[in-house]
Amino acid sequence: MVNTIVPIHVGGLDLSFTNASLFMVATLALAVGFLVLTTASRAVVPGRLQSVSELSYEFIASMLREGAGSHGMKFFPMVFSLFMFILTANLLGMVPYFFTVTSQIIVTFALALFVIGTVLVYGFYKHGLHFLNVFVPSGVPGVLLPLVIAIEVISFLSRPISLSVRLFANMLAGHITLKVFAGFVATLSTLGALGIGGAILPLIMTVALTGLEFLVAFLQAYVFAVLTCMYLNDAVHPGGH
Amino acid sequence: MFVTAAYAQSTPTEGAESHGAAPAEVHTETGVAHEGGHGSGVFPPFDQSTFASQLLWLAITFGLFYILMSKVVLPRIGSILESRQDTIARDLDDASRAKSEADAAVAAYEQELAAARAKANQIANEAREAAKAKAAAERTAIETELNGKIAAAEARIAEIKSRALADVGAIAEETASAVVEQLIGARVPETEIAAAVKASAN
Repeated sequence: MVNTIVPIHVGGLDLSFTNASLFMVATLALAVGFLVLTTASRAVVPGRLQSVSELSYEFIASMLREGAGSHGMKFFPMVFSLFMFILTANLLGMVPYFFTVTSQIIVTFALALFVIGTVLVYGFYKHGLHFLNVFVPSGVPGVLLPLVIAIEVISFLSRPISLSVRLFANMLAGHITLKVFAGFVATLSTLGALGIGGAILPLIMTVALTGLEFLVAFLQAYVFAVLTCMYLNDAVHPGGH
Repeated sequence: MFVTAAYAQSTPTEGAESHGAAPAEVHTETGVAHEGGHGSGVFPPFDQSTFASQLLWLAITFGLFYILMSKVVLPRIGSILESRQDTIARDLDDASRAKSEADAAVAAYEQELAAARAKANQIANEAREAAKAKAAAERTAIETELNGKIAAAEARIAEIKSRALADVGAIAEETASAVVEQLIGARVPETEIAAAVKASAN
């Protein structure tokens, strides 16, 4: 939960520097620090850490090129920033007692709105009203068209919600499950020898879930980035599906 | 509705602020609920009192992150990858150029080898022809010499033969005169005998 560290109130709004803010800053510092320091030597033959930075670069670049074509590459900094920020925030949240920035619905929703906003602004700026073709799939018989357009509009409107809720729910549910099982371990182990024996099962579950959570932390960042690429594809090529 | 219900329960706590009272109230309420530790509070991720702060700090940190990525990190990694690409392409170029040079050297070597071989053949042929010609010349020289010798020998044989034949005539005359003298008991003139021998020899 969010605790205030440095209270800042502006015109009745609570803009305090909280632990959430602290971990956003930590995410920023960690990700930027890693990427800057590992590439500082600019070695032609990369070391391990430089390879990690280069791999993430090429990973996102190929993802975006496949998802949105070469015209979509102008969004590369945006997709890369989203992926690295979410990934770093998710992984930071795996450290005990650390706050998970992405387990807050407002954060994921803001990021999702940023993506959809970019799609809308760029789509209308680049294609004008032709951007509305995104709601009209080609090759649909005229009778079905109103229905299909209605479905397309609803699916488009639900994108920011599904995008944000997916990430938020995954991170939050994972952490709650971990906490519950870890709580079992603590509770059971206070019940004497039998309790300690019985605590082994939830302990194993906790370890397994921790592994799963690392996977989920990466996977959700990946999913967010992939979906961003797909939505950007609509902005770059409206009516192309 | 969630928030308003909670708000309703805790109205008396704080209402002093003239503007934006609701967020302040909600904030107080959730703070109390968390301290209380039971289910009457708002589920922390849906606690709207923290939204403004989170949005502000997210905008600051993510904005800064985006700027640093697009201005510093991504151009740098891009240039690293590009320079590596260039280096590899240049090395490949060098390698292919070196290979073509080596190929040219091999071709030149082969050519020179072929030329040398042809020259050697030519020299050998010339030597063989010269030796053959010399041998032929020697043979003809020897043959002519031998022919000369044969001719001389034949001349000498003929001479000896003719001389011998001449001797044969003299002997025949002598014998004939002796035979005739024995037979008839008288000497026949030498000229007659010679004539008779000559006639019988022919």
